[in-house]
Order: sequence, then structure tokens, then C-alpha cells
Amino acid sequence: MEAQTIERIVQEVLAELAASPSAVLPKGKTDMPVPPPLQPPHVGQSVLQADARGVCQEAGTDITSPEAKAVPLLETPQDREALERMMRSTPARIGVGRAGPRLKTQTLLTLRADHAAARDAVMMDVPEQLLEQLGLFSVQTCCTSKDQFLTRPDLGRQFPPETLEEIKRRCKKSPDVQIYASDGLSSTAIQANLANILPVLTQGLEAKGLTIGTPFFVRFGRVAAMDHISQALDAKVTCVLLGERPGLGTAESMSAYLAYRATVGMPEARRTVVSNIHRNGISAVEAGAYLCDVIEMMLKAKASGVDLRKG
Amino acid sequence: MSYRVLLSGQHFVFDSVKEVLAKANEEKSGDILAGVAARSDMERIAAKEALSNMLLRDLRENPVVPYEQDDVTRINQDSLNEVIYDRIKSWTVAELREWILSNETTEGQLRDISRGLTAEMVAGTAKLMSNLDLIYAASRMQVPARCNTTIGLRGTLATRLQPNHTTDSVEGITASLFEGLSYGCGDALIGLNPVNDTVSSLSEVLKRFDEIKNRFEIPTQICVLGHITTQIEAVKNGAPTDLIFQSIAGSEKGNQAFGFTTDTILEAQELLRRRGTGAGPNVLYFETGQGSELSSDAHYGADQVTMEARCYAYARQFRPFMVNTVVGFIGPEYLYDSRQVIRAGLEDHFMGKLSGVPMGCDCCYTNHMLADQNDIENLSLLLGAAGINYILGVPTSDDIMLNYQSNAYHDVGTIRNILGKRPIAEFEQWLERMGIMENGRLTKRAGDPTIFTKGR
Repeated sequence: MEAQTIERIVQEVLAELAASPSAVLPKGKTDMPVPPPLQPPHVGQSVLQADARGVCQEAGTDITSPEAKAVPLLETPQDREALERMMRSTPARIGVGRAGPRLKTQTLLTLRADHAAARDAVMMDVPEQLLEQLGLFSVQTCCTSKDQFLTRPDLGRQFPPETLEEIKRRCKKSPDVQIYASDGLSSTAIQANLANILPVLTQGLEAKGLTIGTPFFVRFGRVAAMDHISQALDAKVTCVLLGERPGLGTAESMSAYLAYRATVGMPEARRTVVSNIHRNGISAVEAGAYLCDVIEMMLKAKASGVDLRKG
Repeated sequence: MSYRVLLSGQHFVFDSVKEVLAKANEEKSGDILAGVAARSDMERIAAKEALSNMLLRDLRENPVVPYEQDDVTRINQDSLNEVIYDRIKSWTVAELREWILSNETTEGQLRDISRGLTAEMVAGTAKLMSNLDLIYAASRMQVPARCNTTIGLRGTLATRLQPNHTTDSVEGITASLFEGLSYGCGDALIGLNPVNDTVSSLSEVLKRFDEIKNRFEIPTQICVLGHITTQIEAVKNGAPTDLIFQSIAGSEKGNQAFGFTTDTILEAQELLRRRGTGAGPNVLYFETGQGSELSSDAHYGADQVTMEARCYAYARQFRPFMVNTVVGFIGPEYLYDSRQVIRAGLEDHFMGKLSGVPMGCDCCYTNHMLADQNDIENLSLLLGAAGINYILGVPTSDDIMLNYQSNAYHDVGTIRNILGKRPIAEFEQWLERMGIMENGRLTKRAGDPTIFTKGR
């Protein structure tokens, strides 16, 4: 349909609405003020503009940005100051108002966008380019697809024998610390943090006089895959940087799981975890520095996890 | 004993009741992970055929976890009403299904029969039902319970208000709580999942909940869902609570993995009788969910639907105020996509009700499952139609602490309006007094959390 035709139809409908609002508006009591027909209800903070022919929209405010999320969509609270104070007290999405009993359009689309970010984090691969840039070679667990990785956690904890051989062939043996990265449930987390944390870790550990193994990347990896790597390379401390299951708040959260002399089948309580590594949690740089200290502590105590806390 | 079936010209042999039960399940990734699922669609239907001809006696005599090894089995078997059981033990599972669906069967009869059913019979029936069967059958049964208010009466749909916070900040929790109340949520329970499972943290939040409940005279229940032992300690230290919560499994081994025993539950119940702020008599809150037994290797080679039914058989012994299946929290290795989650939600609700347990559902999903908010809205509307006691309410569906999505505060009002349901009566009267609801609909004031902040 031609833009002019659309324009003409819209004008006709609007004229009709203005002439007889009762024809389309709900009868009887409604819980919302009836908007004047020519003024659509306020739609958040985004400003969308169309050109003369209505074929192009300029980008408005990003509705997923912290700034947009901080603005209450509830239009007429009894106490606006109190509402803003409440919104500052929690990252929960409150003060959002409603359209009848339902969410406002902006709230709905923000949720869908945040969910899309989370889904993409789970389903997409870490780009080869990033791994090349960081000089990491790449291996895969026993999983052969993303679907299998999601439904068979047992396979994501194991490697085919030939892969373990490859790891042994390409990596330095018996290091003090073996570091590797793995996609886990968020490749976005690896993309967002790995390039920032690796140099801090490497330099920090070298400064402490420790030997560092050859870093690499494991695709379709679960936490316990680290136990096989620890054994194959005879590492004292093994540290995996792994993407965490994304929430709607962030898809960029990474964790570091560490263990002293990890062995296959060891109790989970022997792992030490540093989680919430992302720009709004512990920044990658900060986490890197902290991890260097944790690793040093483990080597000194010859322990990790619950045993480390006991000591 | 083996079971032979000829179906579409193919011969099938099943070696045990447990195998028939497992293979008769609708497809679930958790059963595949456990290695107990049917290997083909035809084998699945053959197992259903074998199950349909099985006698209820066969199911009672073959619990999926041995009596000697497991107190969930013992509690279920030993508490059965033998008179009712004797009347139905020669029925086939198909006959039980059709009796439940029959127009001649009354609500009273449906309630009575549950006392003669073991978990395996309940699960077996669910496996022979289509989704609409599950909805229809469940809609015919009501299972009310009473603490400070009465949940589960026909025509009502309640909510657990879940105002979780990333650091347990009491002010942040209160803000989410006020937002939820302003949408007409919270009639089943105001219940927080704490980050810090400590007596002091639980007590601090409970005191705030109690203070708000009393100041605004809200007819509802409060609870903070720490570990059962932490809640017991908190109550002993004077923390006010109406309910004590615990996640339960369908085997004693699974419950051990959750860190409690039957004695712990009895202790909680007894403590609440003396020190709880809830009037009762129903003062416990349990959560379940298909797959949790497999995740702690406590499933004894049984399928996740049967293990789930065993949770309800166990729960009913303690006459809880509420039980809900956290259906989509466990992840895609147990329930792969929205189809499996919706099926599981309908199965759990039906099985809970047939077992005589007051059922709710946390209609939810994680971000690594193949599901989205549309699917969860579908499930909650279906369960509303099935007469579920309650669903959850979370700010705009996003649980910032548990990192998953459930129903938004907005959803329950919508579903109530579509299905002509109301909040719990005492709570609705309170909403009217607060000017939040009028004739079952939200007023202009609704959705404004600051109506509770005056004078704070």
C-alpha cells in the first residue's frame, strides 16, 4: 500500500473517532481516563519521528538502557518522590504502571529485548575472531551441538579421548596455574569480559613468580570439565572462566571456578567460585586482581573450596 | 511380571511396572537424560496401552521406590484408607481415568477416593490423560485449606507475592511488596526467597512483613523461604511467621539431599502450633518440581512424573496450606521447551489435586529453556481454567534474585477478569477498603505503590 493511501485511511479513521468517541470506547465505568482521540497515551521517554512520507523512524532512547529503566512509567503516583525513592531501592522493575490490567508497551518491549539478549547469550557462539585475537586455540567437550549441550550436562563435563590428547600436546605440562575459558550458558559473558580479565590474570600471576599454563577455550563446557583438564595437565590450580546462565538483568555475567588439584568425581564443595563478574557487578579487571590473590592463597594452603575457608 | 502389547502390528514387551510408568510419559528431556524414556513414539503409546490395562492393585504392590528403603513409600502405603482401596483395587487405570471424567462422579466422591490412591496410581492416571483431560478433571476438584484466610474455594484465584531482592534489602523488598499489593497480589502469601539463609536475615524480613500485615490489617499469610532448619531457629528466636516452607522430593534420599527428614517437618509443624502467628490448622508450605529427584540421583530409575506424584503423597500427610510446583525452574535438561513445561504444569496440578493437596504453580522458565513469556501466560490461563488455587506474582515477571521469569503482578488481575475469578474473599474486601479493587476489577488507584507510603 502506498504511504499516501495509509495516510488517507488514518486521517479518515481519526476523523470518525473524533466525531463519535462512544462508538469505539468502552461503555460505562473505566479505570483509566479516556484519552482524547488525536493524542495517543504517553509512551515512555522514547521519541520516534517519522519523515514526511512516514517510511523512516529515527532511533529514540534505548528502552533497555539504565536511564530509561530509571524513569517511572506510572503517570500519576500519589507521591512521586516516594516512588522514585522506592525505585532506587531495588533493581526490580516497579513503578511501571499499566494499560488496563496489562503492561505498558514500553515495559513489554523492554522485557522482550532483555530476554532476547539472554537467549542470544545462551544460543550464540563465542566469535572465532575474539579467540584468535587472544591467541586461544579451541576444543570441544563431548557435546556436538548447542541443543545437546543444553540437554546433556553430563556430556558437557567430559572430553573425547583424542581431545584430551590434543590438549596435552598443545599445553605446557604441570603448571602452577592452568587458566582456560568456556562458553557455559553465556557466550556474551565471555565476549564482554575475557579480553579484560586475561591480561590482568597473566601479569598478576607472573608477578607472583608462578608458572602459568597455556590458555585455551572450551566450547560447550560445564564447570566440572575442569577436573579432566586439571588431571590431563597435572596443574596445581585450575581456573575456568565460564559464562553464567543469564537473567534479564544482565547476560554478561561470568564466573571463575577454581580448584586445587581438581580430580574427576571430587565433591563440589572443593570448588571455590568468584561470581557476578560483569561491568555492573565485579568488573573483569577487579576480578582478575582478586583471583590472583585467591590462587596464591590456594597454592599456599594446598586447598580450595570449603577446605580453604576452614584453613 | 512382564507386560506385552501388540500395537499397529508391532510387539512390545515391558519388564516391570516401573518401566511401563516411565515409558508411558509424554516426552520429557529429563526422562531421556535418566535413560528411562520410550525409545519411539509407538513404544510410548504401547506403554500407555499396557498401563491402561494395569490394575490399581498392581500399582500399589509395585511402588517405584521399595517400602523398606524409603519413608515416602512407607508414609503413602501406611496411611491409605484400606476400605476405599479395597473398593477400587480391581479397577484398571483406564477405568479410574474414566470414573474421574464421568458426569456421574460427584465432587465428594473425587475427594474421598484420594485417600485410597497411592502416588503411582495418581501418576498412572495422569499419563493416560490429554492436556484438556487434565484441565477438566482438575477443574472438578477443589482442595481448600485454611491458615489466616481460606485458599482454594471455587471461583477464587490467589497469588503468592514474591518481592525478591538481590541483597535482601528490607527497603527494596518493601518497595516490591507495595507495588504487588497495589495490583491485588498477595492473598495466598507474601513470601520472599532470601539470598542470605541466616536466622538474622530471615527474622529481619519476617518482622517487616509482620509489621506491614498488621499496620494495614492485611488478611493474608507471611513466610520467608529459607531452609526449614533456619526458619525453625528464627521462630524459636521469636521471629513472626504464619507458615514454614520447605522444598520436598519424592524419595527419602531426595529429601536428605534437601537437608531435612520427616521429623524436621513434624518439628516445624509442632513449633508453629505453639509459636506461629498463623491461625491454622494448615501451616506448612511445600515446593516441588519434576526432575529434582534425578538432579540429586534420588529417582531410583523412575520417571519424573511418578516421582513428582510421590511428593504430593508425602505432602498431604502434613496437611499443608499450600504446595506449588516450580515447574520451569529446573532447566532444559529436565523440561526442554514450553511444550514440556506446559504439560508438566498441567500434570502436576492435576496430580496434586487428586492427591488431596492444595495446589498452586509457579508458572516459570529460565533463559536457557526454549520458552518465553507468552508460553507462561498460556500456562497460567490454562491453570486458571483448571481451578488452580494460586499462581505467583513478581514485578513485571522478572525475578532479579533467582534470575528466572514467572507471572507478572499484572497477570493475576487479567486472568481473574477473563475467567470471572476473584481474590480470596477476605483479601478482596481489604482491597476494596484500600480502594484498589471494586466489583472484582482494579480501580484507578491500582498499580500505585505509594498509596502505602503515607506517613512512612
